[in-house]
Amino acid sequence: MGKMQCKCGHVNPPGTILCESCGRSLTEEEQNKKLADMRYEGTARRSQTYNKSIIDKIWNFFSSVKVGVSIIVILLIAAAIGTILPQAQYVNVPVRNDATIKAYYADVYGEIGKIYHFLGFHDLYSSAWFILLVGMLAISLIVASLDRFVPLYRSLKNQRVLRHPSFMNKQRIYAEGPAPEDSMQKAEEKLKDLKYKVTLDKNGLLAEKGRFSRWGPYVNHIGLIIFLFGVMLRMMPGFYVDETLWIREGETRAIPDAPGYFLENKNFTMETYTGEGEDAKFEEAIDRVGTVAKNYQTDIVLYQTPEESLPGATDELEEVEEHAIRVNQPLKFDGYAVYQMDFRQNELRAMTFDLTNKETEESLGSLTIDLVSPEKSYDLGNDTRVDLLGYYPDFSGFENGEPQTETPIPNNPGFLVRMFTPETPDGEVSFIVIQNTIEPLGENQYKLTFQNAETRDVSGLTIRKDSTLPILGLGGLIFMIGVAQGMYFNHRRFWIQKQEDGGLVLAGHTNKNWYGLKKDLDQVSEFASLPPYIDQQEEIEKQEKLEKEQKLEGDELS
Amino acid sequence: MAEDKKAKKTNRKRNRAFMRLAILSMLVLAIGYTIYNSVTADDVEVLKVGDKAPDFALEDMEGNRHKLSDYKGEGVFLNFWGTWCEPCVKEMPAMDRQYKEYEEQGVHILAVNIAQSDFEVQSFADRFDLSFPIAIDRSKSVMTAYNIRPLPTTVLVNPEGDIQRIVTGEMSEQDIKGFMEEIKPQ
Repeated sequence: MGKMQCKCGHVNPPGTILCESCGRSLTEEEQNKKLADMRYEGTARRSQTYNKSIIDKIWNFFSSVKVGVSIIVILLIAAAIGTILPQAQYVNVPVRNDATIKAYYADVYGEIGKIYHFLGFHDLYSSAWFILLVGMLAISLIVASLDRFVPLYRSLKNQRVLRHPSFMNKQRIYAEGPAPEDSMQKAEEKLKDLKYKVTLDKNGLLAEKGRFSRWGPYVNHIGLIIFLFGVMLRMMPGFYVDETLWIREGETRAIPDAPGYFLENKNFTMETYTGEGEDAKFEEAIDRVGTVAKNYQTDIVLYQTPEESLPGATDELEEVEEHAIRVNQPLKFDGYAVYQMDFRQNELRAMTFDLTNKETEESLGSLTIDLVSPEKSYDLGNDTRVDLLGYYPDFSGFENGEPQTETPIPNNPGFLVRMFTPETPDGEVSFIVIQNTIEPLGENQYKLTFQNAETRDVSGLTIRKDSTLPILGLGGLIFMIGVAQGMYFNHRRFWIQKQEDGGLVLAGHTNKNWYGLKKDLDQVSEFASLPPYIDQQEEIEKQEKLEKEQKLEGDELS
Repeated sequence: MAEDKKAKKTNRKRNRAFMRLAILSMLVLAIGYTIYNSVTADDVEVLKVGDKAPDFALEDMEGNRHKLSDYKGEGVFLNFWGTWCEPCVKEMPAMDRQYKEYEEQGVHILAVNIAQSDFEVQSFADRFDLSFPIAIDRSKSVMTAYNIRPLPTTVLVNPEGDIQRIVTGEMSEQDIKGFMEEIKPQ
């Protein structure tokens, strides 16, 4: 395709439909149309014209709206498939790693699960191909916008007042006919009144309003691209934190992904409605479901280590603040937010036993074993003591005679003890688990009898930080501005030309809201006594309808 | 005049091709970087082989303070463990034997227990008669700094203070010997 020279002498870029200068139709197809194709002002999309180097080819590929829409459709389908099986983050496996998650999908969902996992649907937003597709969408947005915005901008900037009659009479709103001498001036006056920007040239007039509405889609795309950029930043380390911290009452823990910060859990409370007094309104619900939660709360102390402090050295903690974390009332500090998310109640904290004579059931005293820091020996006085030989917080059985523990959490504490009394100065060995005592070295005279236990709660907190939120917000805002700009404002134009015979030719165009355009024109027509206009599109539709009806009638007759 | 126009045209064309190349390659770079990040995010997030090993200070069971940076010029075999973790228990005696061999050659072992009680750790050390220093990471801050997920995880720090290797899972005595060789000062 070469450059296209119009009859008026203007040289247009190849691919142009309507002459940039006078508005004549440049292609045969366009010439045969009853109405001009005013999309992008009939300019050539830049990429349609070059197709030479590889770069141009890639550019052209992404410039196509069809390609852009296809990418969106593929993304939608992928996202839909991603909801069929649970995402990896919601999968419940005892030990979390790639292998167990992979095995989970294969075990639970069989062959389909295997394929699902293999294709990366289990962690869709992080799978390479999904990110690649989103990236391609971003390229498509940028390239397609540039390709359309630049020629449109140029064309609107350089538009001429005087247009060729073939351009005028192919506009949807069109009028021609005799008019009073002063109608041009009056029309100009009234259009200015209606806040149109009016330009005059020889015997013609161009009135224009709301051109910025045409930039709406491009502003909108800029917003989208900023939004996508924000999403991209989320994947960079440091920008986005979403971590879980299980912390027991009395514990001090480093906050994951928040270097230098520590939390101490002072107390966890869960309150329920009593159904009495002020809570009487909950009575019915309580009767129905048992309990209704009123409050989940973790009282914490936030600490920070001095700048030069090293991990592990926790003796230098400096208190920052005390805070009660409740649902929807997170602890906020330094861009982080700590939310109350979960809890486990009644984890064993300490156990109290009586040392009793098995025969007489006489007690020689009691001892309390603190499960957080058990002691080596518990002295009960009178030559009586209990030595702790081994502590197994989550006893799971013996292996080669050695007691095993499954986890470090006291779910099923086991104690290997040696009990010394005046009667048994050499000591008796006993292994105690809840509701069971094993005497590995023969019959004992004494035993430890469980008395009571202290428990504590574990609080499940979520640590969040999202530095990308302002960027996402900005993207969203610009997106909405673009939408409003394109949707609620219209680009309206009128061209009026005085003919040599004293008659007027008028054409009108808007990118949307033809009703509004006509209302404006009605006012101008009345004021300036312009010739009556017709809506050519409506005429065409009417004509087609009529023809259809006639055809139907004809069919019926025959 | 015509030649002038032609030159202008080719100039414009070249500029356009250059612009397109610039825009496309910038976007491709951004996408590539994002994908790279998301793919590597599953592994150890912050620490990679070759990174500087984060400094820390822990007190061992005997009350001696161990600061990683004090061992500069020597190798450090950093083993994160817990008494409940079976492979940890299995590799400990082998570690102890190799420790005795390599201690004099400038390779130190520090076994970091994850927030268990003194009693549990001490009785474990006594049971296996372990001679290398054991420290308890009570607030899990060293664990967090090293982003330790599964136990056991062993981080090998070379004499330059960089991470030479990260091993997750049980090691055989042969493995341990090999790793010690890797971080032995020359």
